[in-house]
Formats: sequence, structure tokens, C-alpha cells
Amino acid sequence: MAILIVADHDNHTLQAATFSVLTAASEIAKHIRDTELHLLIIGDECQSVVAMAQGITGLSKILVSDHQIHQYPLAENIAPLIFSLVQEQGHCNDENRVFDKVEYSHIITSAGTTGKDYQPRVAALLDVAQISDIISVESADTFKRPIYAGKAIATVQSSDAIKVLTVRSSAFTAASLTTELLAIESQVPVVALAAQADSGKSAFIKAELTQSSRPELTTAKIVISGGRGMQNADNFELLYTLADQLNAAVGASRAAVDAGFVANDLQIGQTGKIVAPELYIAVGISGAIQHVAGITGSKVIVAINNDPDAPIFDVADYCLVADLFEVLPELIAVLKVKD
Amino acid sequence: MKILVAVKRVVDHKVNVRVKADETGIETANVKMAINPFCEIAIEQAVRFKEQGSVDEVVLVCIGPKEADVQLRAGLAFGADRAILIRTDEEVQSLDVAKILHKIVQEELPDVVLLGKQAIDTDNNQTGQMLAALTNMPQGTFASNIVFSVPNTVKVTREVDGGLVTLALSLPAVITVDLRLNIPRYASLPNIMKAKRKVITMTSPVSLGVSLSPRLTTLKVESPPVRQAGVKVADVAELVDKLQL
Ligand SMILES: Cc1cc2nc3c(=O)[nH]c(=O)nc-3n(C[C@H](O)[C@H](O)[C@H](O)COP(=O)(O)OP(=O)(O)OC[C@H]3O[C@@H](n4cnc5c(N)ncnc54)[C@H](O)[C@@H]3O)c2cc1C
Repeated sequence: MAILIVADHDNHTLQAATFSVLTAASEIAKHIRDTELHLLIIGDECQSVVAMAQGITGLSKILVSDHQIHQYPLAENIAPLIFSLVQEQGHCNDENRVFDKVEYSHIITSAGTTGKDYQPRVAALLDVAQISDIISVESADTFKRPIYAGKAIATVQSSDAIKVLTVRSSAFTAASLTTELLAIESQVPVVALAAQADSGKSAFIKAELTQSSRPELTTAKIVISGGRGMQNADNFELLYTLADQLNAAVGASRAAVDAGFVANDLQIGQTGKIVAPELYIAVGISGAIQHVAGITGSKVIVAINNDPDAPIFDVADYCLVADLFEVLPELIAVLKVKD
Repeated sequence: MKILVAVKRVVDHKVNVRVKADETGIETANVKMAINPFCEIAIEQAVRFKEQGSVDEVVLVCIGPKEADVQLRAGLAFGADRAILIRTDEEVQSLDVAKILHKIVQEELPDVVLLGKQAIDTDNNQTGQMLAALTNMPQGTFASNIVFSVPNTVKVTREVDGGLVTLALSLPAVITVDLRLNIPRYASLPNIMKAKRKVITMTSPVSLGVSLSPRLTTLKVESPPVRQAGVKVADVAELVDKLQL
């Protein structure tokens, strides 16, 4: 038996989410006798990702599909690849012609926009259910996941032979790399998968990715978010300044995104990103349930809002009822002095 | 060109849902129901395409109880042409929804199937992708812009973790929509009246040849841990002090 973990990466480095998925996979493995963890890396010219993965303890095998068609992750190409891997229940190791018989019990990846895109497609090909956004492992077939924007937590049990899962990475601590990162003599064997034909149904045209020197939103220790109360894009400069002082990431409410103050990938909430930093500072955000759904994993929440009845104060640890246009400059000044 | 739009009936997003005391589910008795907000955006988009002349027919499809005709009428009042209600009182899980929609796709042969990217009750975000797998169509998930182009292609801009990505999909295709695609209209009174005369065809999973086979059992539904009420801080100085910034 084995658990297939599908890696998140950008063809250069493994993304932090994968280390949380590894933790979730290890927790599942504890409930199964004699199981292995296999990491699947699908990409193009992704040797450095493979090298990095070889430094992960606990992996029995790394499967690599390094091919031009995977330069950008397309569900139409990824899903058949995973399907065939699991369907064949084995794969050929080219070098020494060993046919390994493997039975995959779980296919697991992070609930980022890539995993959410292909995992349901994989599940449907296998004729099994998919379980989204798990936040805890109860047993090999039972998981907890939020429903209704996190207003309830459901415990669900699967009767399928193969469980296809996405993991809310903020709910699991990240597994660590061994010190032999990039170790050439790593024990983890790498299996190159045969090339596959392009589906011909979809093509990548362009990406408009947000460039930022600030920490990544979902892994940052501190997140500062602005809402409609920020009034315009220019005023977000106040948050950027503060974020740079605190080495924080900047997030936003849907209203701020819709109003065009910031890019869509800054949105936090039920339908945006889920964050769980040490410190979350909500500025000019009312605290709609859909927004709060994305922040309740935060250790400490601070709310700055001039409406004493704003619902955000119900979930905040520290509440400052004040005008943000007075608070932010003051905060920036205080931190400048301390620096 | 024909667009099929999937519509789910859910608890209205403004309702403050409560977990049942016996932890078997959510309190849904006497709770206001509505079209899933993402499905509403899908309907709006299909109707806009029709108004622009790029689409000839917009067909809505809903799987749910007979009361779901209220949501379908609301969708028809946006300007959709007709609707199909696949009646069932059972809980239908994503894979079965996709299988039922697959049957409808085989009957209707739409050029595009538009769905919401997720339903706000289960928050699954699966059905469109599953339907794409079953129909062997390409998929454009989390769409914030959709443009038809020749030959037989649709360009979909997707909201992804790093920003935006644009794909070209060959038709027929499945597209799931995100909030930013459009702002749904309020149906006008004349259109609401007109919608009353539009056809809603009734069928059932069984008549379509799909026997529901739920794979997931919900063992328990509980309230999330509540955060302790916080403390008020008087000013910036106190906040900085408390946070030890
Ligand atoms: C299906 C669906 C999904 C959604 N998903 C998300 C999601 O993922 N994430 C999300 O965030 N939202 C989401 N929303 C939207 C959500 O319901 C709210 O509309 C949104 O979060 C409100 O954003 P806001 O708090 O910035 O704006 P508002 O609710 O308008 O709040 C602005 C706040 O700023 C305060 N303010 C104004 N001026 C000042 C000032 N000078 N100083 C201090 N405070 C000030 C006001 O008192 C107010 O509390 C979703 C909605 C739906 C229907």
C-alpha cells in the first residue's frame, strides 16, 4: 500500500504547502499497516524540485513526470496521468526493469487553486468521491472539513477504496527537510515516468502573476489586511509601509478586491485564501462571515475599525475602535522610532 | 450556440446557519433558501452572452426538491429560456451531481456548461471539474473573464493563487465561475412575469438512469471552536505594548 502525494511547486522549488500535506499524509499512514509515502512531481525542467524532495525523510519513492506539456499545470493533462498511475497500480522503473506493484490508498495534495482544479477530475475518472479541504485526519477513511464558510465542521467517512483528498495546509504543521537537503546520495529512489501526449483540449495562453517582495500570504507570520474602509488603492500604501516594517504579508477583503484597491490573489476568506499567521491585523474590515472563514486559524487577531459594533470585534483578541487614518500613520511612526 | 447552466439551491448566504443540537447537521427548517451566489453569476453571464448575440439558448438545470422551482423561476426571470428540474429529496453528492449533469449534457449537447465554482453550503468546489472528466471536456475553473473566439475556442481567465492565468479551451467546455466575473442583475417585474410562462421540465435521477450512490457518510457536524472575546485597547501605544511589536 502507498499514499500518493502530489507536490506543489513552480518547477524550481517545492512550495511550503507540500510540507503540510506531507504531515497530513504521515498522519494517515499511522492508521495503515505497511504503507509507503510516494511523492509525485509533475512539471517541466523540474530537476531542482526533485533534488529538494530527495531531502525529505519518510518518502519511499519519488515519481517524476518531467515533460514540456507540464510547463503549466493543466487539469486535462494531470488528471489522466494520475489516473493511469493509480489505475495500473504499478509502474515500470526503466533503469533496472523492475515492475513495482503498488496499490494507492490515498491521493493527496494541497487545497490550492491547482489541486482544487485537478483533484476532482482525478476522482471522477476513478469513480470515487473527492474530499476537499481536510483540516484533520481522524483515521485512514475519516476526516474533518469545514462547511458553510467554516460555520460548521463536518466529520466525513469515505467508503471508496481510493481516497482523493485536498488538504487545508494551514491546518497542518509543515514537515521538515533533512539537513541533507540536495543530498546527491539520498536514499529516496526517483522513478521517471514515461512521457504522455498532450490532451489537445486546453492550452496555456498567459499568466499575470502578482510580483511581491513581501512574504507569501498563506505562510507569513504576520498578515495585515485592508477592507472597504481603506477607501482606495492609494491608501493601501499605508498598509504596505506597515507590512514592510513588520515583515508582514498584505491581504484584503473581497470588498477591497471588488472595488479594485488590490489584486484578486490578496483576497482572504471562504472563497479566497485561508491564512493562519501568528498575528492577523484587520483594518477597515467589517468581519463578514465569509471573510472570517479565512482567518480563524490565526493565533492573535487585531481589529481596527471605527464602528464599535463591527462583527470583526467578536473574533478579535485586541480591538481598537478608532479611525484607521489616524491609527495607521501613528503605528508606522511608533514602529519607525523603535526600529 | 447553447449554454447549459447548473443551479444549486442552498441556504441563503445571509442566513447565520446553526448546527443542530444533536450534531447531525445544519438547522435548515424554516431557513431562507436561495440560488447559490456563484450559480447566480453563471446565470447572469449566460444571459449576457445571449443579449450580446453570441449565444442562442440558455438552459438552466437544477437537482433538488420540488421547491427548487422557485430558484429556477428566479433564474428564468434573469432571461434564461427554459429549465430542467431533476427532482429528488435525497442528498446528492458531487460525483452523483456530475453523473446526472453528464446525462443532461448528452441530451442537450450544449457548447458550454457554466457552473458556480463552489456551493456555499458544502464548499466542495468539485462538480464542474468532475463533469469535465465524465464528458471528457476541457475545464476552465474559477473564471473571472470569458471570451469566445474562433475557431471554436473560448478563452478563460482564471483566478489562481498567484494572480490570473488565461487558458484557451476547445468547445464544448466546462467553465466554473468566480465572484468577480459579473454582478448579477435584479430581475425586472415584466421579466418575472414572463418567467412564469417559461417551461420547467421535470425529471428524476432514476428516469435519467442514474442511481444515487453516496460515497461519503457525515458522522458528525459540530460548531467550530469559539474564539474568546477579546479586549479593547485604548490607543496605538497600548496595542503596540500588548503585541510587543
Ligand atoms: C458567496 C460569497 C462569498 C464571499 N467570499 C468572500 C471572501 O472569501 N472574503 C471576503 O472578504 N469576503 C467575501 N464575501 C463578501 C463578504 O460577504 C463581505 O461583503 C466582505 O467581506 C466585506 O468586506 P469589507 O469588510 O472590507 O467591507 P464592509 O463590510 O463594507 O466593511 C468596511 C468596514 O470598514 C470600516 N471602516 C470604514 N471607514 C473606516 C475608517 N476610517 N476607520 C476604521 N474603520 C473604517 C467600517 O466600519 C466597516 O466595518 C463573499 C460574499 C459572498 C456572497
